Amino acid sequence: MDSVWAQLEPLLERVQKPARYIGCEDGAQTPQHHDGAVSWLLTYPDTYEVGLPNQGLQILYEILNERPDAAAERSYAPWIDLEAELRATGVPLFSVDTHRPAPAFDIIAFNLSSELVYTNLINCIDLAHVPVRCEDRKDHHPLIGAGGHCTFNPEPMADFVDFFALGDGEEVVSDINVVVNEWKQAGKQDRQAVLRALSKVPGVYVPAMYEAHFDGQKLMAIEPRFPDVPEIVEKRTVADLAEWPYPKHQLVPLTEVVHDRLSVEVFRGCTRGCRFCQAGMITRPVRERPADQVRTMIQEGVRRTGYDEVALTSLSTADFSGISNVVAATMDDESSDMGNLSVSLPSLRVDAFTVGIAAELQRGRRSGLTFAPEAGTWRMRQVINKLITEEDLYNSVESAFSQGWRRMKLYFLTGLPTETDEDTLGIAELGRNCVKIGKKYTSGASVTVSVGGYVPKPFTPFQWFGQNTVEELTRKVHLLKDDVRKSKGVQMKWHDPEASIVEAIASRGDRRIGRVIEHVWRAGGTFQEWSEKFDYNRWTEAMAANGLELEWYTYRHRQEDEVFAWDHLSAGLHKDFLWQDWQDALHHLGLEDCRWTPCYDCGACTGYGIEHVVASATPPAGGSQGTGQDLSTGHEIPVLLLPRAGASQ
Amino acid sequence: MSGAAANPNEGVAFKVRIVYSKLGKVRFTSHRDMARIWERSLRKAGVPIAYSQGFSPRAKLSFGLALPTTFESAAEYVDLSLAVRSIDVAGLPKLLTPALPVGVEVFDAAVLPDRGVISLQQAVTSTTWMLSLAAESSVVASWIGSVLDAPEIEITRERKGKSITEDVRPAVLSLELCDDPAHAEEFPPGTVHLIAELATQPRALRPNELLGVFSPEWTFVRGRRLHQWIASDGARVDPMSIGAAPTPHRELCAS
Repeated sequence: MDSVWAQLEPLLERVQKPARYIGCEDGAQTPQHHDGAVSWLLTYPDTYEVGLPNQGLQILYEILNERPDAAAERSYAPWIDLEAELRATGVPLFSVDTHRPAPAFDIIAFNLSSELVYTNLINCIDLAHVPVRCEDRKDHHPLIGAGGHCTFNPEPMADFVDFFALGDGEEVVSDINVVVNEWKQAGKQDRQAVLRALSKVPGVYVPAMYEAHFDGQKLMAIEPRFPDVPEIVEKRTVADLAEWPYPKHQLVPLTEVVHDRLSVEVFRGCTRGCRFCQAGMITRPVRERPADQVRTMIQEGVRRTGYDEVALTSLSTADFSGISNVVAATMDDESSDMGNLSVSLPSLRVDAFTVGIAAELQRGRRSGLTFAPEAGTWRMRQVINKLITEEDLYNSVESAFSQGWRRMKLYFLTGLPTETDEDTLGIAELGRNCVKIGKKYTSGASVTVSVGGYVPKPFTPFQWFGQNTVEELTRKVHLLKDDVRKSKGVQMKWHDPEASIVEAIASRGDRRIGRVIEHVWRAGGTFQEWSEKFDYNRWTEAMAANGLELEWYTYRHRQEDEVFAWDHLSAGLHKDFLWQDWQDALHHLGLEDCRWTPCYDCGACTGYGIEHVVASATPPAGGSQGTGQDLSTGHEIPVLLLPRAGASQ
Repeated sequence: MSGAAANPNEGVAFKVRIVYSKLGKVRFTSHRDMARIWERSLRKAGVPIAYSQGFSPRAKLSFGLALPTTFESAAEYVDLSLAVRSIDVAGLPKLLTPALPVGVEVFDAAVLPDRGVISLQQAVTSTTWMLSLAAESSVVASWIGSVLDAPEIEITRERKGKSITEDVRPAVLSLELCDDPAHAEEFPPGTVHLIAELATQPRALRPNELLGVFSPEWTFVRGRRLHQWIASDGARVDPMSIGAAPTPHRELCAS
């Protein structure tokens, strides 16, 4: 059973977009499977179009295939039409590289980047002909693993996933490979033994090795079952991105995908300190890639892939120390044919300097620009520590409209801690003022405000916050809609508040939520991030059927000493640092970026003996840089320290 | 934007016609997918393609008749507008094939005359298909006879949201069983192969449309485009020979 292609091929005649199942991408590898190598099926539990561009999966795919003792292939969740065909014909989930059946792999490893794909993950395990619950698996079944941001609270998926990898995956995959290979060479006997061995690998969490104790609704503790299993699982962090110039051969799909362009990661981690942002908290510290390496990766990537667009990715690319130089060098590169190359910066910083860079990048196109002020009033932005002033925003918008852009998109959150209706309506007010600025330059000026319901995440200062109810989020959306309706030139888009509640159930849920997820999956609830497949009632029914309360898991404020379902895991951040930051938030106190100021000892560096890797000792020029101060001259003025509530106590 | 005064040949030094295959797994990609694959492969191979002017410059490529997704082809065509004259046209197949996906092989490249060339979409008058069916060969043979003997064959198709019933019998230029053993090896066992030449003007008759009317119970296994033709003064010529031949008259379409 080396390939299911012969059985699969006739099925592909009958499904939508069959190209997503054929592989054949430029950059795809032909892994050599042999008895001495652990075989990995790296699986993204969403469609090919969404999953293929995922850089994390591509990085691990290359690193594993470079090892002589590993062979890695890729798989993606089949769309519902192919799923029905697979179930009807008994063909299992398969890899797209060699169409090898999933049950033939030693490890099926998932990328978990959103709570709404949890049911898809269970579905993929089932389609791989593996029992969905860990306890029902036999020695010969593949090990089920998962990595990605959601693994910082893995408890809701603890019943289904044998092991989780926390943090950067570059190094830990090799450690896992070695342990599993030893087990494989010994004949794959005693699944519990390999899981026990995996639990001792730093960064690896094996839920079966831990017992969760409850007292009624309350979680009391999650403790190791065995003395040699670590009490706390620490995340893994790659100290120097320069050592990991991956992916070296980015996959170029034959069919259209969501981010159809070259991606070069310019840095990892972010210390702007936005309190709602889990990514910024769990990926610390900031590790910049050397500017020379960025340039080389762009040049070689463009030449190898034929892409005419490159995205410089990170959590805030305008903060990259070498950004101006890299951009200039890329755009003016005479040695390679980059004449029509366009460069995109996802997550623009809100200031005129950033817009200037964007203008240089998009010489031809002026389609649209996106900014994320996140909240409608200065007070609210102080609470969430997104310290951009209204002036920053208006200067950015003015700069953009004056340089030829006609459409602006502004991202906001609603349902934030301490939010009042004045804050909510401030979103519409900002939108209106931006349109007013735009009208000076073009009669077609339009501003879209995109509003998402805020979901508190583990390992953030807001992990104690009781989320707004579905009714409250819906009311706020309607409030804004009514207000925006009167404003010409302002459009509004919003996320379904019901989807935010489902996200919340899993976001801070414990092990008991697994039954809810399984319940929804058994009722047919896959592809929950696709609005046409999403069904809120299925989730509330599943909660009720399992005797669990939405109120307990999502709406109530949590106590300072409450035991969280992720307390036995660590992203380096001290819990008391996060609590202090939560208290600062409630007092409208901002906290500066520690890249350019003294350390607050959040724990992300000090706990692991690593530090920021940042080329410039001062912030780049432009706006207030998230400090609320005038930093328009950039390098000349380092960030000033503001008094902090915690420091004076 | 350059407006109405824009010269479509601005920045174009000359045009080249390419013939290539689309075989194997890549048959599951769509016509649109192939257009993007070609744009990237040309950049990868360093072929100086001309770009359109304006806000979103596009590579100047002109494809022939769309091949339905899941069909293979041994004869696909694309006209490239090149920005530079100093290009080794004869070397293009060797340069391009490695830059394209497995199953896409460039066979030949020919310089097109500077003027008077009709686009592939308009110029091609018929295409030859090989269609493989899971059916009894005697049944297929008698079906072929009934198609060829029919004075007219009416089918109803959707066009621009309206149902239109047309006689497509004139579009069936030839239809015969194929017993070439070379094909038998390549295609799934137990299938019957037939060769059909179908007109593409004034509107293309698709293989599925023809089979659909008569054989709802047959399982269609595989289709492959074998040739595309341009009718010229009563004869058929290959689209690659157009560089040398005079401009064909469209009125001479087989009908």
